[in-house]
Amino acid sequence: MPSKAKTAPIRVLIAKPGLDGHDRGAKVVARALRDAGMEVIYAGLRQTPEEIVRAALEEDVDLIGLSILSGAHMALFPKILALLKKEHAGRIPVFAGGIIPDEDARRLKKAGIRAIFGPGTTLDEIVRTAQGLARPAR
Amino acid sequence: MTGVRAPPAARAIVRGDRRALARAITAVENGSPEADPILRALYPNTGRAPIVGFTGPLGVGKSSLINALVGHLRESGRTVGVIAVDPSSPFSGGSVLGDRIRFSRRADDDGVFFRSMASRGAVGGVAGTTREVARLLDAAGFDLVLVETVGSGQVDIAIRDIATTRVVVLVPHLGDEVQTLKAGLFEIADVFCVNKSDLPGSEAAQRDLMELVSLGPKHAEYRIPIVRTSTFQPSGLTELWAAVESHEAYLDRSGERTTGERARLTQEIVGRVRDRVGVELAARLERDATLRHLIDQVVARTLDPRSAAERLYRGRSARR
Repeated sequence: MPSKAKTAPIRVLIAKPGLDGHDRGAKVVARALRDAGMEVIYAGLRQTPEEIVRAALEEDVDLIGLSILSGAHMALFPKILALLKKEHAGRIPVFAGGIIPDEDARRLKKAGIRAIFGPGTTLDEIVRTAQGLARPAR
Repeated sequence: MTGVRAPPAARAIVRGDRRALARAITAVENGSPEADPILRALYPNTGRAPIVGFTGPLGVGKSSLINALVGHLRESGRTVGVIAVDPSSPFSGGSVLGDRIRFSRRADDDGVFFRSMASRGAVGGVAGTTREVARLLDAAGFDLVLVETVGSGQVDIAIRDIATTRVVVLVPHLGDEVQTLKAGLFEIADVFCVNKSDLPGSEAAQRDLMELVSLGPKHAEYRIPIVRTSTFQPSGLTELWAAVESHEAYLDRSGERTTGERARLTQEIVGRVRDRVGVELAARLERDATLRHLIDQVVARTLDPRSAAERLYRGRSARR
């Protein structure tokens, strides 16, 4: 009988806002976070900002990871951050990955996206960053 | 709810506060101390909603079926809480909870609450806390609670201890009729559902199940319905839900609702005591020299395990 005293696993939502169908990256990240002991709620493709925020709140996640390759990040990410704030959930850290130009990344970070991973990021780096972001939030 | 002593979180859940509900579920899952007073305060508000379990092997379409069913139920105005359980890794403890992908609905529909759960080391198809999470959804006022188990094998029947109606979901070509004679999964069905009925072979699967049901002595006044469904070419959902309702009506008519509930709650109480005793014993084994000596004897083959267990048990009861 496993005792309850173990530390609770980090719960993280991985979702793809917008219309592109390239979910390979999101799946690879989901798998890596799972192997790091996290509970990954994989919401999948074509999620609206409203659906993502609703899922994050129902699942009571510690962290949200967004993947996008369509180029619509400047429209969708701030929308998600605003909805979280509106729901008094602005403290849930949001990180992102995908094809995001440096200039956009700078602006998104200023807007509140906590970390942005481009092509070539190692899974190890993503896992460590996710762990670091989730811990203080609990 | 027990009046003024109820913690604010419990009152918020009854008021329909979805955040409070989501947080309380986390607390229950994590075994956090704040879960106790919430569950205690809400217990009188539970036992109201039918809890419908969906179990069956991996890939038979349980998630898609539940998604379609939720749409069907919402059309008739009923509110639904859904719990979807997926396995935790025995290696990392991590989990990918993917049932939400199949779930499509309007993001502003407060008549549905969907929660993914990891099994967290429990065997049998659900997590150790799934029953209590179902209770929270019940207390929050949802008309129905649907529970999806992990893709289950023949002996994963823990849903039996949680659900008022168990739907066993199968697909064509899972095996010949001998499979239906085997013990376990097939014995816990209150409703059989042959999903993916758009595929060839679903009539044959239904026939095999009819044979099984006609042989079964289990219910004299209740014949287990066998429903064919498809979410690909939507069909059978009305029939499936009618079958669930016919079982719920049977529970009331026959008095089995009360006896079943009593048996499930007895199991739960006994299980809790057993867990406590187990934890207590394990802790004693680590610090108690006499007990370590007992184990040494078993290792040395001078005492057998049964006799050691007997001494341990007697010593424990003598101490009180």
